[in-house]
Amino acid sequence: MDFLQLILSGLANGCVYGLIALGFVLIYKATEAVNFAQGDFMMLGAFVCIGFTNQDYMGLDFMLAVPLSILVMGAFGYAFNWGILRHMFGQSQTSIVILTIAMGFIIRFIAGTIWSHEPTSLETPFAGQEVRAGGLVLGVNEVMIVVVTAALTLLFYLFFSKSRIGLAMQAASQNQLAAYYMGIPVKRIHSLVWGLSGMVAAVAGILFASKGAIDPSTGLLGIKAFAAAAIGGFGSLPGALLGGIIIGLVEPLASRYGPAGISQIAPYAILLLILIFRPGGIFSQTQRKKV
Amino acid sequence: MSTQTSTDAGTAAPKVVLQIDNLESYYGPIMAIRGVSLKVHEGQIVTVLGANGAGKTTLLKTVSGVMDPEKGTVNMMGADIQTMEADAIVRRGIVHVPEGREIFPLMTVAENIAMGAFTRNDKGAIAADEEMVYSYFPILKERRSQRAGTLSGGQQQMLAIGRGLMAQPKLMLLDEPSLGLSPLLTQEIFEIIVRLNKEQKVTMMLVEQNAKVALDAADYGYVMELGRIVMNDRAEVLAASKDIQEFYLGVSQDENQRGQRRWKQRKTWR
Repeated sequence: MDFLQLILSGLANGCVYGLIALGFVLIYKATEAVNFAQGDFMMLGAFVCIGFTNQDYMGLDFMLAVPLSILVMGAFGYAFNWGILRHMFGQSQTSIVILTIAMGFIIRFIAGTIWSHEPTSLETPFAGQEVRAGGLVLGVNEVMIVVVTAALTLLFYLFFSKSRIGLAMQAASQNQLAAYYMGIPVKRIHSLVWGLSGMVAAVAGILFASKGAIDPSTGLLGIKAFAAAAIGGFGSLPGALLGGIIIGLVEPLASRYGPAGISQIAPYAILLLILIFRPGGIFSQTQRKKV
Repeated sequence: MSTQTSTDAGTAAPKVVLQIDNLESYYGPIMAIRGVSLKVHEGQIVTVLGANGAGKTTLLKTVSGVMDPEKGTVNMMGADIQTMEADAIVRRGIVHVPEGREIFPLMTVAENIAMGAFTRNDKGAIAADEEMVYSYFPILKERRSQRAGTLSGGQQQMLAIGRGLMAQPKLMLLDEPSLGLSPLLTQEIFEIIVRLNKEQKVTMMLVEQNAKVALDAADYGYVMELGRIVMNDRAEVLAASKDIQEFYLGVSQDENQRGQRRWKQRKTWR
């Protein structure tokens, strides 16, 4: 029973990691850039929602604050690519990576200035509520996380396999030049992907903040999600979610059954093993991308 | 230039679909096109011949808007398009069928073909055009739910052409359709290109190294060397010309001094 309880709370954590990793992978697949500010995007999404719904700030209804924050973060991601990154088109990967790292610092500083560096909790209507099933006691927020992640996964699947824009995103990521030739507005598609990953970050942030207090340095969680994306196979959306869930599950189990401190190391130890024995990640793509 | 256009309009000759004037393009720091001018008339197949590195692909990329020229104009049916974005140019009816295997490898054949119609919204006509593409390339219909990356080279080339057709082009830019294909497949592809030109009224601008098949299919030809047009004439005249026969068709004339000298000169040019 104890074990099951750990698994379930690990699963909830893992879903959040998975969603951040999803943001990494979305951007990497579409634009071949790695957004090291993805964790900070998540943190910002959470604080935007706090700003909308908490009584200390605007005090809007939670059900209104959530879609609003998702929209704001979507616009933020779109604008970030459109206003800044687009002008670096053609620069080396390194400069883009450094730019996103710097962006992470800036976001952390701005969030700290607006919402203070003290830990803050998101006020949700289901805070502290529990569901009991058998002998298990589950927080409603944990159940929500798993349900929302599953729904979002389905939504993404439909978006990428059925919608016109989703297919165009796939096409642009598989062969950018050919996408240009087909009249796909590749630069706009890139901005849309950034918007999409901003929206995913907002969802991840809101879910994470519903579990406990956050502060501006929460964004450093992004490094763990980066490991999750690499474990899953950078470039695979289901891989990102799976990698996140693996890390989420390993952490509580390692701290419960392993020696002290091991849970901090475990995610990176797994990453190391994966990189040694299966360098492409679990869902490594058989087809190498051509340049 | 304006006088030139007016004389064209005066005669009964077919409309000029594409007119390129004094085009200069850089490929990185290298000037790949050094002042190219050419014309493509409606309904024609025009071929641009040249060896590797002559600037043929850069020329097509500049026309389709993937690269911006440094100087010169690209005019399509009266409108200058050299500064337009690639997607605006596709909407105007120029589609670029890239060389080699530039398809979407992880998408199915059917999805690849659907991507060709990205700029269109008329669902009924798109479905009809899909059937049209499959009628020209029946093998693609058989493989429609297969991943495009698993197709053979010839099938991928067919897919690239079929996908390009889906954009309802007025002018199709074909970049080395024979690249990496067996002579038999090359012939098959070129037969289809000629049929598309006749039956679907698609004007073609065809870039090739394989001068023989290209001149057989084309109405008019240009020869490019090191970024410049060095020769242009009707295809049958080019095919009969001594220089073309020597350098592109590999027909050996008597081992004369002239040929030796020309060859040396070409070498020192590089």
